[in-house]
Amino acid sequence: MSLDLILRIGTKLILPFILLFALYVQFHGDYGPGGGFQAGVIAAGMVILVSITFGLAAAKQVAPQAMVERMIPVGLLIYAGTGAAGFLFGRNYLDYSSFAHDPAHGHELGILLVEFGVLITVSGTMVSLFYAFVERGR
Amino acid sequence: MSAAWLHLPILQVVLPLFGAIAAAFLKRSASAFALALVVSWLMPVIAGALLWQVLTGGPVSYHLGGWEPPWGIEYRVDLLNAFVLLLISAIGAVIMPAARRSIDLEIEADRQPRFYCMFLLCLTGLLGIAITGDAFNAFVFLEISSLSTYVLIALGPDRRALLAAYRYLIVGTIGATFYVIGVGLLYLVTGTLNMADLAVRIGPAWEAQSRAIIAALGFITVGVGLKLALFPLHAWLPNAYTYAPSWVTVFLSASATKVAIYLLVRFYFSVFGSAVDLDLLPVATFIVALSVAAMFLASISAVFEPNLKRMLAYSSVAQIGYITLGIGLQNQAGVTGGLVHIVNHGMMKAALFLAAGAVLLRVRTVRIAELAGIGRKMPWTMAAFSVAGLGLIGTPGTTGFVSKWYLVLGAIERGWWPLAFLIVASSVIALVYVGRFLEIAWMREPAEGLAEAADPPGSVLLPLLILAAATIYFGLDTALTAGIAGQAAQSLLGGMR
Amino acid sequence: MDFFRTVADHYNYVITIFVMVAGLYIVTSRGNLIKKLVGLAIFQTSVYLLYIEPGKILGGTAPILHPDFTVYSNPLPHVLILTAIVVGVATLALGLALVVRINEAFGSIEEEEIIEKDRAP
Repeated sequence: MSLDLILRIGTKLILPFILLFALYVQFHGDYGPGGGFQAGVIAAGMVILVSITFGLAAAKQVAPQAMVERMIPVGLLIYAGTGAAGFLFGRNYLDYSSFAHDPAHGHELGILLVEFGVLITVSGTMVSLFYAFVERGR
Repeated sequence: MSAAWLHLPILQVVLPLFGAIAAAFLKRSASAFALALVVSWLMPVIAGALLWQVLTGGPVSYHLGGWEPPWGIEYRVDLLNAFVLLLISAIGAVIMPAARRSIDLEIEADRQPRFYCMFLLCLTGLLGIAITGDAFNAFVFLEISSLSTYVLIALGPDRRALLAAYRYLIVGTIGATFYVIGVGLLYLVTGTLNMADLAVRIGPAWEAQSRAIIAALGFITVGVGLKLALFPLHAWLPNAYTYAPSWVTVFLSASATKVAIYLLVRFYFSVFGSAVDLDLLPVATFIVALSVAAMFLASISAVFEPNLKRMLAYSSVAQIGYITLGIGLQNQAGVTGGLVHIVNHGMMKAALFLAAGAVLLRVRTVRIAELAGIGRKMPWTMAAFSVAGLGLIGTPGTTGFVSKWYLVLGAIERGWWPLAFLIVASSVIALVYVGRFLEIAWMREPAEGLAEAADPPGSVLLPLLILAAATIYFGLDTALTAGIAGQAAQSLLGGMR
Repeated sequence: MDFFRTVADHYNYVITIFVMVAGLYIVTSRGNLIKKLVGLAIFQTSVYLLYIEPGKILGGTAPILHPDFTVYSNPLPHVLILTAIVVGVATLALGLALVVRINEAFGSIEEEEIIEKDRAP
C-alpha cells in the first residue's frame, strides 16, 4: 500500500473538489448544461474513486450500503412528492406554479426540488450498482 | 372529495408509484404485502369512478403540470381506456390475496418486499400506458412496466427463469425501440406527440409524407406486436410465462399483453384510422392472416405440450390471435368481439394460471402426466379450471362464447365466410388441449404423488372461484362487458375515415 | 446522380440507419449474451440520433429567449432523448445484472453452451 503514495494523496486532495463540482453541475443546471443526472453520476464517481484507491471497506465508511440503497426511494419520494405538492395548492400534479409568489419562480423552485431528488436517486443507484457488481466478483 | 374527484386520472398512476416507493422502505414481507393489497384494492375503485365519469360526462382530460395539450402531457380517458383500466385494476385486486401463499413458496423471504415493490411499479407502468394521451409518455410507461416485468420473471425459482427474462429483455427492448422509432417518425412529420393532435395532423401531412407515415405505422405495429406476442413475434412468451413465479404469470397473462393490445388499437384506430383511409395501409389483412396462424399453430403447440403452464402460455398466444383478429376485421361486430375478448380472456386465463399455481402450491409439479386424477384431490380448484377451460373453448354460457359470437358475426359481415368457419374450427383444437387435460384430471385414478394434495387455502381458492364465477356471469349478462366494448368500438370506428 | 444527391443530402439519416441495422445485426447474430446487449445498446443509440439530428437547426442557438437571436434549435427532442437514454441505461444495467446471474447459475454466457447445459442437467 505504501507504493501508491501519490495515488492516495492525490485522491484525498481531489475528493472534495469532485463533490464540489457535482454540486456546481447540480445548481448551475438552471443556467447551463447540467442537472441532477450528471451531478449524481459525478458524486457517485467520488465514492467509486475512494473504493478503487482505498478499498471497498473504506468506500462503505463514506457511503454505507444501507444508506445508499435507501437513497434510491428517498430521491424518488422527493420527486413524486414535489409533484403531489401541487395538490395542496389546488393545482394539477407536477404543477409548481403556486410554490412561490409568481409562477416563474414557482417553476424554478419545483424544478430545483425535482433535480435534487434526481441527484439522490441517481447517485444512490450508481453506487449500489457498483457495490453489487464488485461484491459478486469475490 | 371533490378535489380528489378531479385528480382521479393522475391518482390512478401515482398511487401505485407511491406504493412502490413505500414498499422499497419496508423490511418485512407481511407489511409489504398489506401495502400492495391496499393499493391494488384502491385501483378498481378509482378506475370504476373514472368509468362512471366517462359514461356520464364524456372523455376526461387531465393536464399534467397544468400545461395545455398538445404542449404538455395529457392524460385522456375515454370509454376504451376506462374499460382497460378497470380490467387491469380489477384483476390485480382479485388475485392480490393469492399472492402471499404463492410467493412464499417461490421467493425467499428477504426478497419479498422488493417483489411487491416491483409489482406495484409494474402496475404503475401498465395503468400509465392505458391512461396517457401522449405517445412518448406511453413509451416511458411501457419501459417502466417492462423493466419491472423482467425482474418479476427473473425471480422465478428455476434457473431457466433467468434465461427467459434475459430473452424477454432483448425482445421487449427491441419492441419498445421499434415503437419509439415509429413515434419519432410521426414526430418528424407532424411535430407533435399528443395522440389526439397526431390524429389531426397526420391527415394534412399524408400527401407529402405518406412514405414516412406508412413506415411509422409499420414500426409501431411490429414494436407493439412484439410486446403483445402477435404470432410469429411470440417466441418470448411461453418460456417467460412458464418459468416466472406462478402468481406473476397470473398477473401478466391478464394485464401486460392486454395493455399492449390496447396501445395497438389506440394507434390503429384513433391515430392512423382517423387521419387516413386505413385501406391505403394494408395492415389489416396482414393482422388477420397472422391472427389466424396464431389461432391454429399456437393451439396445436398447446396440444402437444407436456407442461401445464406452458400449455396455457401457448393457448394465450392463440387467444391473443382472436383479439387481433377482431381488430383486423375493422367492423362493429369484429372490433367489439376483439375488445370484449381482451376482458374475457383476461378473466379466463387468470383463473387458469391461478389454478395451475394452486396445483404447484400443493403438488410441486405442473407436468400434466404427473397430475392424473388431480380433480378428485382438488375438486374446487379443478372445477374452476374446468369452467375457465370451457370458456377458452367458447362453450355457450361462458364469456368465451360471447367473444367468438361477435367475431363470427364480424367475419360474416365482412363477407369472409371461410374465416367464420376457421374461428369455429380453431375452437375444436382448444377443445382438444383443454379436454386432454380435463380427461387426465378427472377420469383417471389419482397418481401416487398426489396422496396429500388438497384444495389450496381460502386466500388462493376464493380469487380462483371469483374469476371462474365471473367467466359464467359475464357469459350470461353481457351488458357490462360487451355493452361497453360495443360503445367503445362504435366511437373508434365512428372517428375513422 | 439524383440518388446520390439524395443520399448525400440526408447523410444524417444514412448514418442513423447504418447504426440501427448494425445494432440489430449484432443482437441477432451473436451468441454471447454480453455482445447481444452491446448490440442492443447500439441499436438504441440509433434512435437517439433519429430524434436529435432534426432538432438541430443550423445557426440556431439554445432555446433561451433573447432579443439578439431569432433562430432557436428545438429543445423537445433533447428532453425526450434524455428520458430515452435513462431508459436505455436502466435496460442495459438490468440486462448485465441478469447476465451475471445467468453466469452464476449456468457457468457460461454463451447461448449455445447454456442451452446444452440445460438439456443435460
